[in-house]
Amino acid sequence: MARRPLQEINAGSMADIAFLLLIFFLVTTTMSTNTGMQRKLPPMPEEQDEQEIEMNERNVMVVLVNKDNNIAIKGRPILLKDVYDKTRDFFLNPNNDENLPDKEMKEVPYFGNVMVTKGVVSLQTDRNTNYKKYLQVQNELVRAVNDLRNEISKKQFGMPFDDLPEEKQDAVGEIFPLAISEAEPRRMTGSN
Amino acid sequence: MAKFAKKGSKGTPGISTASLPDIVFMLLFFFMTVTTMKEQELFVQIQKPKATEVKKLENKSLVKYINVGPPIKKYQAKYGNESVIQLNDVFAKVRDVGPWVNAERESMVPENRSKMTTALKIHSDARMGIVTDIKQELRKVKALKITYIADKTTTEEFR
Repeated sequence: MARRPLQEINAGSMADIAFLLLIFFLVTTTMSTNTGMQRKLPPMPEEQDEQEIEMNERNVMVVLVNKDNNIAIKGRPILLKDVYDKTRDFFLNPNNDENLPDKEMKEVPYFGNVMVTKGVVSLQTDRNTNYKKYLQVQNELVRAVNDLRNEISKKQFGMPFDDLPEEKQDAVGEIFPLAISEAEPRRMTGSN
Repeated sequence: MAKFAKKGSKGTPGISTASLPDIVFMLLFFFMTVTTMKEQELFVQIQKPKATEVKKLENKSLVKYINVGPPIKKYQAKYGNESVIQLNDVFAKVRDVGPWVNAERESMVPENRSKMTTALKIHSDARMGIVTDIKQELRKVKALKITYIADKTTTEEFR
C-alpha cells in the first residue's frame, strides 16, 4: 500500500516551551551572595608593654567563653539567652546604677547634649572554645547594640538605623558605639 | 460558483524554523547575564554558622576570603583532621596570612585599599585558637575590617 507521507509533529509549540522554561529560570535564579556579621578589629597597640588601658571596673563588662563553651559575665555563669538582656542593661544603665557604666555628657549632632555610656564589653575566649558558640555570643552582643540603635533612631528620626543616611548613622553610632572589644588571646585554663 | 482556489499542498507543511535562532540567542543571553565567576574552590569543609545580625556583603570585589576548616576528604591524608587555613587556592599557615593580605591589598586600586574587607569563612566546629591567631595577624597588617560569614536566621534556635 502507498505510504502516507510521514506525519511531522507540529513543533510550533516548542518555542513556547522554550520561552516558558527561560522565563521560569529568569525569575527563580538568585545571585547567591554571602552574608556576614561585620566587625572591626581594634588596631594593634603601639607600645608592646602597656596594652591595658586603665579602665574603671564598672565600665568594663567581661564576657568569657571557656573551653567547655560556658559563658560567664563578670565572673558569673550565664546562659546564652540571658546575654542580650545583660548587655542591654549594661549599655543603657537606665537607673544610673553604680555598678554599671558611667555616662558622660557629649555633644552629638542631631541630638544635642546626650549622656553617652562609657561602657565597653570585652569578649574573651579560650583557645579551645567552639567557634560557633563564640559567634552566637557575639551575635547577641551585636544584637543588643543594634536594637538600642534602632530604638533611638526610630525615636529621633522615625526610621530604622539601616535606612539612615551616613551622617545620621554616625551620630547614632556616637551614642551607642559597637563597643565590643575582642580581647588579646589568653589561655583560660590557667597553665601557659 | 466562485472558484475555490486550492490552498496549500496535500501534505502537512514543514515547521518554520525561522525563530529557532532567536530562541538560541535568548538562552545564550540569559546565561551570559546569569553566570558569575565561580568563587575559589574550597579545599576545606565549611559549615557556615547561623546568626541574626548579618548583612549582605556590599562590594564583592573588595572582599577577600579566608577559609578555615578541616580539609576535605582527599586532602585529609596529607593535612590531617584539624582546621587549616585556605587562602585563595592554597593551604597556608597562620604566618602566611599577613603577607597574603598585603599582596591582595597591592592588587587593589589605591583608593579602595582602606575599604578592603576580609571575610572569615570558618567552619562551625573550628576552635577559637586558630581564629584568634588569624585575627592577630590581621591586626598586625592593619586589615581591621572583617566579616564573619554566617547564614541569616530570623530567630536563633537556642532562644
